[in-house]
Amino acid sequence: MTANIDSNHIPNSFTQIGITMKYTFLDFLRSRRFLILLAITLLIAGLLTGIVAWRRPESFLSSDLAFYASWWGMSVTFVIVLSGIFFGGDAISGEFQNKTGYFGIPNPIRRSSIYIGKWLAALVASTVILAIFAGITVGNGIYYGFTVPYQFGESLLFAWFYLIAVLGFTFFFSSLFKSSSISILMTIILFLFVFNLIQVLVANFVNMEPWFILTYGAQIIGNVLTVPYPAHEVTTHVRQLSITTYNVTIPEGLVIIAVYFAVTAILGLVLFERKEFT
Amino acid sequence: MTTPSIEAVHLSKKYGSFLALSDLNLKIEGTKCVGFLGPNGAGKTTTLKIFTDLIRSSSGQALINGINVHTHKRQALTSVASLIETPEIYPSLTPREALTMICEIRGVQKDERNNRIEAAVKEVHMEEWIDKRVGKFSKGMKQRISIASALLSDPSILLLDEPTTGLDPRGMSEVRDIVKSLKGKQRLIFMSSHILSEVSEVCDEVAMIDHGKLVVYDTISNVTSRFSGGENVVEVGLQRQVDPSIVSKRISNLPGVVSAEQKDGKNINIRFSGGLDVQERLLSDLVHMNIGVVSFKPSSSELEDVYLKLIKDTL
Repeated sequence: MTANIDSNHIPNSFTQIGITMKYTFLDFLRSRRFLILLAITLLIAGLLTGIVAWRRPESFLSSDLAFYASWWGMSVTFVIVLSGIFFGGDAISGEFQNKTGYFGIPNPIRRSSIYIGKWLAALVASTVILAIFAGITVGNGIYYGFTVPYQFGESLLFAWFYLIAVLGFTFFFSSLFKSSSISILMTIILFLFVFNLIQVLVANFVNMEPWFILTYGAQIIGNVLTVPYPAHEVTTHVRQLSITTYNVTIPEGLVIIAVYFAVTAILGLVLFERKEFT
Repeated sequence: MTTPSIEAVHLSKKYGSFLALSDLNLKIEGTKCVGFLGPNGAGKTTTLKIFTDLIRSSSGQALINGINVHTHKRQALTSVASLIETPEIYPSLTPREALTMICEIRGVQKDERNNRIEAAVKEVHMEEWIDKRVGKFSKGMKQRISIASALLSDPSILLLDEPTTGLDPRGMSEVRDIVKSLKGKQRLIFMSSHILSEVSEVCDEVAMIDHGKLVVYDTISNVTSRFSGGENVVEVGLQRQVDPSIVSKRISNLPGVVSAEQKDGKNINIRFSGGLDVQERLLSDLVHMNIGVVSFKPSSSELEDVYLKLIKDTL
């Protein structure tokens, strides 16, 4: 038998992205993390269902929009951030720490194809979780006799955009660190504490619009369910203290989300291209 | 048909202030098995990682079939399969799924995939685990699946980094057999190892590296004869006990023989001077002596002696 140098026709990079996505998604679907995230999502939805059924709060049940704003607008960003942490937190760092990279990288495939394939798999897995949460939300709304307002469709779309940006960000962090636990921890701290803290501090004490914070841009998800759309800048005077609150506009929010995604996706990709399996 | 080749051109790699590879120049061409030897930290794994895009060189080029791995990775690695360290596989996948992924990435035709996967898995004796999830596997089992993945695409070049690491003695022997069978299939195999007897048994040539620099690259017999004063040692295995006087009087006096030493009743080490012609005649003479010759192979301890001499010399 002679050496078979060119017998296999290597698929193009787009096909290889699809292959990576398919098997990473399969791994996600069967993994414990998917089940845990699903359980958390169902727990959040179950708690909301229970609270609304038991307490019948006016803020939830006064109108279609009030229901969706209170139910969906208040909780979906948390579900999205959790999805980002679960599927993106160690997506790249795990390739180094768990040594799965040694199985895939030495093949005739670009690193960028692996990165994008894994990112798409995380997006699909997170979208499944988001769809389940949206389905439960709509189911409850219908149960209480509410129609589905078109603003919910917009909010769902914005939530999905936000998910894209969150995954871009978590993948970037995952590329930054070789340790999975550090990359996951940093993502949790940033999204659940630091971003929100900076947003409040900058707006209230510096009187500056926090346009550079991703979670600020994500406010469009909840704000679009408020009619009329909240004023961009609201100043409240309490005695001699004036507190300014900023509400992101829809174009502004979309730009923030898009810029965060573009910058972190490019940085994450560049880092992964350069990172070494030492 | 291209002759498979790998070439390091002024290859250097720095980790901070530590120089892991220092201007390495090495060209290996043709179908053969080359052992890559050196102490821990000598630069063996670093070299193999550069050739497989796991790390980048600080300077110089890594060429496979004349194609630069870092600028044209997809083309360069098309004909290469590798096993570097002990790769992990996504734990939720089965070997069949993980190997199908590699087949798809490498463009193995759909109608060939199943046959290739089953043949590769059979070769590493993992048939009964083919549809079990990898997460439950031991390190040795994962290593076998990784070896199977290297066999899938019918590569012309194999880069193996201590392929028997993590395997039990049976597994080590099986891997050696796989490598030997691949040699018979006209492959270029470049294999790092710490086990000199393994290299002696499997490889045709040897490249020794120390402190990131190439110390020697040649055939095993040339290396051993060059660094042992032009003398070679063969280990002769006998079927039955031989009288010590036959060793001291008859074998020691055969043409080209410098000395003959009976290690035990059934094994003799013969030191001779000369090349392959002398070696061939020696074997013929021994067979004609009707002493029950059942094996005749270059001594692994000889390679060890040369290794220790060369590596020591560079310290």
